[in-house]
This record gives sequence, C-alpha cells and structure tokens, in this order.
Amino acid sequence: MANSWVTTVDHKRLGMMYIAYALVFLVIGGIEATIMRIQLIAPHQTFVSPQVFNRLFTMHGTTMIFFVAMPLLFGFANYLIPLMIGARDTAFPRLNALSFWLTAFGGLLLYFSVLGASGLYGAGNAPDVGWFAYAPLTSTTFSRGHSTDFWTLSLLVSGVGSIGTAINLIATIVCLRCQGMTLGKMPLFAWLILVMAGMVLLAVSPLTAAQIMLLVDRYLGGHFFDTQAGGSATIWMHFFWIFGHPEVYVLVLPAFGFASEIIPVFSRKAIFGYPVMVGATVCIGFIGMSVWAHHMFTVGMTSHANMFFVLSTMAIAVPTGIKSFNWLATMWGGTIAFTTPMLFCVAFLFQFLVAGLTGVMLSAAPLDWQLGNSYFVVAHFHYVIVGGILFTTFGAFYFWFPKATGRMYSEALGRLHFWLFVIGFHLTFDFMHLPGLLGMPRRIYTYEADRGWATWNLIVTIGVVFQAVSILVFLFNLVRSYRSGALAGSDPWDAWTLEWSTASPPPAYNFAVLPSVKSRRPLWDLKHPEDPDWRYE
Amino acid sequence: MSPTTIFAPVSTPANEIAGLGVLVISMSGAIFAVVCGLLVYTIVRFRRTHDETNEPAQVYGSNQVELAWTVVPMLIVVVLFLATTGVITRVQEAGQPDEALHVVAIGHQFWWEYRYPGSDVVTANELHVPVSDAGHPAPTVITLLSADADHSFWVPRLAGKTDLIPNRVNSTWIEPTETGLYLGQCAQYCGTQHAKMLLRVYVETRAAFDRWIAGQRRPVEIDATVSTGRRIFQRTSCVNCHTIAGTAANGRFGPDLTHVMSRDTIASGVAPNTRENLRRWIRNPDDIKPGSRMPSMNLTEQELDAVTAYLASLR
Repeated sequence: MANSWVTTVDHKRLGMMYIAYALVFLVIGGIEATIMRIQLIAPHQTFVSPQVFNRLFTMHGTTMIFFVAMPLLFGFANYLIPLMIGARDTAFPRLNALSFWLTAFGGLLLYFSVLGASGLYGAGNAPDVGWFAYAPLTSTTFSRGHSTDFWTLSLLVSGVGSIGTAINLIATIVCLRCQGMTLGKMPLFAWLILVMAGMVLLAVSPLTAAQIMLLVDRYLGGHFFDTQAGGSATIWMHFFWIFGHPEVYVLVLPAFGFASEIIPVFSRKAIFGYPVMVGATVCIGFIGMSVWAHHMFTVGMTSHANMFFVLSTMAIAVPTGIKSFNWLATMWGGTIAFTTPMLFCVAFLFQFLVAGLTGVMLSAAPLDWQLGNSYFVVAHFHYVIVGGILFTTFGAFYFWFPKATGRMYSEALGRLHFWLFVIGFHLTFDFMHLPGLLGMPRRIYTYEADRGWATWNLIVTIGVVFQAVSILVFLFNLVRSYRSGALAGSDPWDAWTLEWSTASPPPAYNFAVLPSVKSRRPLWDLKHPEDPDWRYE
Repeated sequence: MSPTTIFAPVSTPANEIAGLGVLVISMSGAIFAVVCGLLVYTIVRFRRTHDETNEPAQVYGSNQVELAWTVVPMLIVVVLFLATTGVITRVQEAGQPDEALHVVAIGHQFWWEYRYPGSDVVTANELHVPVSDAGHPAPTVITLLSADADHSFWVPRLAGKTDLIPNRVNSTWIEPTETGLYLGQCAQYCGTQHAKMLLRVYVETRAAFDRWIAGQRRPVEIDATVSTGRRIFQRTSCVNCHTIAGTAANGRFGPDLTHVMSRDTIASGVAPNTRENLRRWIRNPDDIKPGSRMPSMNLTEQELDAVTAYLASLR
C-alpha cells in the first residue's frame, strides 16, 4: 500500500501528496515567521542573532512561495482538473509523478542546507540572501560555503517540476475535455488553471535560466551578476522579477478559480458574466507578464520606463476589479448559505479589495519610492497571499474535502478555524501597514525605539497567536473528520460541476462512463430538466 | 510623531510624494467605501433564511452592467496615471540650479561614506546639508554609488528612496525647507547588519553649514599627549581600512576618521559618540553591532585607552 503511493501516477493521489507536502511546509514556514515575530515584538530584542534572522526570512519566503503556495495550488489543480473536465487522468500521468517528486526533492534540498551548507568554511548553514537573492550578495565574495548553492539548486530542481506540471495541465485541459465541453463550457476553474499554467511556462523558465547563470558565476568563472568583474546586479533583478511578478498571478489565479466555483454554489446562482470572467482572466495573464519592473521603481530607471510600469500595473486593476464585481453580482439576488467554504470566500472578497487598493497605491511609482521595501509592502503582499490566496484555499479545502475523503468535516470546528484566522489575520496584517507608513524597512532583525513602530509591531505579533491556534484547529479538523466524519455522499453541496457526479472519494478511473455535457453546469441540467442551462448559454 | 513618517515632508520631492499619496489614498478610500458597502449589503440582504428552499432566479450576466464596471475603473486608472506621471516628471526630470550642492554617497556594508567633491570633505554616516528657502533655493544632489552590495538611501521626510547599486551610478535630490536632524536607514537588504545601517541628515542654516565645512577642512592638530595611541593606531591594521588625513592611514574600507569627534554617533548611527562607546567599539565591534565588518584588534586595556584617547583628539 505504501509502495503504491510512491509509484502512483494517479492524479488524485499525486494531488493529495502535493497538498500534504505543502501542509508540512506551511507549518515549517509558519514556525519561521513566528520566530521572526517574537524577535520583532519590541525594539532591540536578542531572541535570535542577526545572522539567524536573515536566514529565517530567506527560508520563510522561499518555503512559502515554492514549497507551500505552488504545491498547494498544483495539488488542487491536479486533483480537480481531470474530474471537472470529465477525464480519467491527466494527459501525461508519468510526467505528473516526475514533476511531483522533483518538487518534493527541491524542498528537501533547500532544508538539507541546514546540515550541509557550511562546507569547509564554517560559513553558516541555511541561505541568508533573501528569497529574492539579489546580486552581488549571492556571489562567492559575499556568500561563502554552500548555502546559496542549495538555494539555487533547490529552485532549479523544483522549477523543472513546475514546468512539467504546467505542460501537463495545459495538455490535459486542451486535449482531454469530455464530449460537449467546448472551451466556452469549461468550469471557470479550468480556465484559470489554463492561464496559470501558461504563465508558469513563461515565468518559471527565466528563473530557471537565472539559477543556471548564477551557478555558472559561482563555479565556472562566469560574471553575469558578479559586479566586481563588471557584471550587472540589475540584470538579476529583471530575471528574478519577470518570474516574481507573474508568480503572484500564478498563485492568485487558482485562488480566483476556487472563488468562482464556491461562490455560485452557496449563492445558488450561476456565475455572473462567464464570458467576461474568461476575458478578464486572459487579460490578467497578458498584462501580468508586463508589470515586473514595478518591483524596481527604486533602482533608478528612466522616468519613461517608470511610467510604462505604472500604467501596466494600474491597468491590471481593471480586469481584477471586473472579477470582484462579477462575484458580487453572482451573490446578488441569491440565497447565500454561509458554510465554512463560503465564509472564507466572503472574507477573501473583502480582503482582496483591500489588497487591490494598496496595490494601486504602490503602483504609483513615487509612492513606491517611499513605501517600496517597507513594511507597507510586506503587509500588502501578505494581504494578497494570505488574505486572498490562503483564505480561498482554506475554502477549497472544506469545499472539496467531502469529495476527496467521502466524509464531511466538522462545521463547528470549521467556523472556529475561520473566526480565529480572521482575527489573527487582521491583527497581524492590518497593523503591519502602519510601521511601513512610518518608515520601517523590511528585512531588519531589530529596530530603534524612538521611531514609533513598537506598538504596531507588538499588535502584529499578538495576531500570530490567533493564526497559530487556528491552524491547529484546521489540522485537527482534517484528521478527525477523515477518521470519523459523517458520510458525505457524492454531492453534499447540491453542486453543478462534473466532479460531484462521481462517487466520493472517486474511483481510480474517475468515471465509469465518460460524461457528456451540454452546458457549463451539467448537474444543473440533470437536476432541472424543465429549465436547463444550455437554453441560455 | 514618528521621526520617519512619510506624512510630515519637509523637502520638495517628499512634498510631491505626500501630495500624490493623499490623492491616491482618498480615491482608494472612496472605492473601498462603495464596494465594501455593496458587499455588506449583499451578504445581509441575500442571506438564506430557513424557509427558503427554492432556487433563486438564475441570471447569467448583463452586458450593460459589465460595460459600466469596466469603463468606470478605466477612467479612474487614467486619472491616477496622469497624476502619477506629473509627480514622476517633477521629481525625476527636475533641473537643478548651478548653486546646488553636490554630494557623493557611497554605501558600504554597513555604513555610509559622504564625499563633497566641491570642497574635498570626506565624512561618514552623518550628512550635513544647507537648508533651502524661497529666497535662496539650495537643493542637494546626491550621487549614489556602492562599494559592495545593494543599499538604498531612504530618509522619508526628505525624499523617497533610491538604491545604491554596485557598478551603477544613481542619483537623488533633496531640498529641505526646515533645519533639523532627519533620520532614516538603509532600505535594501545588504547583509548581516542591514538593520543597523542608519541614516542621519543634518539640515543647517547656510552659516552653520559653512562653519561645518570649514571645520571638516581644517587639518588635524598634532596632539603630543596622545602620541602613544597614534603609534598603536599606525602599527596595527587600523590604517588599512581608515583614513586620517595627514598621516600614513589612508585606507578606504572603513569610515574616514580625520574628524571623527565632530560626529554625534558611531557605527552608522547605532551608538552616541561618547568615549566609553568608542572604547567599547574598538575593543570588540560585535558588542555593539554583531556582524560588522570591523574586526576586534585584541588590544590590551592600556592600548585601548591610548587608542581611544588618540581618536578622541580628532576633532
């Protein structure tokens, strides 16, 4: 049995392994964040040394992006896409397994640095160059030992895994849709994953190339980023951010996908403006590839370059706004049931509105000259990643848990998780904006007492307690419900997409007979033969 | 009030940014109020009551409504973009008068070097500039270089930040309109002690600034009472990293110490420049700033006293 989890090529098992793997790293990354917050609870603390603090924020960022967010969302995509489009598996099941194991190996490689990076130099263990690893701190002059090499190789290996998964998802969505499911009749989640996978191909490739260039610099005498030998530090920034910003959309598009599936079901209405939602997604995909240098407003670009990236960044607010309005319009006139998944989605709508507005503030380059690299930015992107992506992902956990396990979760514990997490999230990330406005830069292991930052930092740290407890409640709920939850049946939510038409958990072959659809909501058609959707689409 | 808030600007570029900030924040606030209001209304008005079992009317979309919430945000974006380009142009393309002061700031791990090319003054960590007023505009143009890693020059009340990047020449400018001490710190992660690479900018009246320049240009007087300390300084590796004008010490890796006692702080703003702190610093820099680039020279207590006395004579 254990053996079959290692050799499996079943998209559902690989999906669940991705998710389990991400949860382990979520706990690790969360512990790293907690230690940093203890250090910053008041000025001049000595809970950890500056060296350890710098390693902590490097590992926290790298872990959360590459070994929590990416595998979590790839896991859901892997699990759900074949079921939603009525297929028996992904297009390339063995590539799927290879990609998972490459990603898994990448995470282990990163953490092996703690043991193996010191080398002959005694130069410290885990990487301490920041998750963005700006040159020239990564050069052999500044980073001795092997910590930077472990970081580079870890992202190189998991990056190849991500590219494999992206190819597989695109091929699956393009080629394996069931009879009748034209592109315009796919669930919105499939559209969002399709655009996300395209962005992974375009964005992760330059990151992978840059990692190889950095290895060449460090071991083969290259000078791409070696400023002492005429290399360019800004070239690394461009390589990193042409990955790094599309990466934000890579992570947020699946989150939009969750919201686009969950909100209609609990509002009991079809998604409002499906074609516009698809168009907005594709728009975000294209514009999202052209905004990267808004991370570089302070590096001294020309005024015209700055203006270009101001415009592209502000423009992306339009399709994102359209999405928010369409979710709102989906709820409008519905009968909204506030189950745990829906609670997480409603909180997402509110928080993503705030994240979007602080994003617009930062897109105005002159404001970014003040707020860039300050705690305001840290608050902003945690609002996106935690308040947007993690909230909808928790919603997705509760929504599809009955499908994947065949059992219902505890609604009471789910609500407890939600409310604790909402309180913790807002204590931490609302108040984190303020020290940024008061001039507190990020990545500092301590700060001066006279700056007026101490009270806010104390509140931020208090929020962590609520978040940590809520994560424990969440994990407890998962384990307990898996063992003894009530049986869910195939369609506990009275939902409309194909995954709810098969057993819970689905058999290895997904569908005994491959389905055939006539509309975007095949199960609605089945349940309402007198008024099917396909008449209106 | 926080000494580093972005909302109390006292210099032209910081004023421009704060003005834009007020516009952007108030527009965002208005959008937030409207959308949040709609959201709250929706979840209250359309929540399921217990007796509802029928499915609500299915609505699939509306082109008119979609058009409205596409066009209105586009117009808002246009307004914000135009306001932003105005500020970018006024800050980045501002022509500077001939009498503007030019300073070169060089970022080091983990301190700031300031060179005044017009007057051959070299100092560290505490930047002195003249105040500007309507009658006598006195902007300061700062050329930004780095000796090692990336750094970023950020004094929020004077201007937004600009990075110092090795192999690249950047520049920024300030035009402070009130005298005083303005604080900031390095805003780009640059290594172990990024947190304690503090910035201090002293904005002074023209007369006080001229006095300061004259003081920095004055040659150091040879003080016979500290000759022991001077000898120890010159025979240990202190001279490889530090410059003291008029002596054999001409290193550039660490701060210029020619007039070290004219500065209020040591270790890049980390500690007041008292005799005790100076001695503690020379004894073991890691006591004050763990991870700083200066090594402990393992001096004896007597040697420490002598070197401290020598440095304390450099006024």
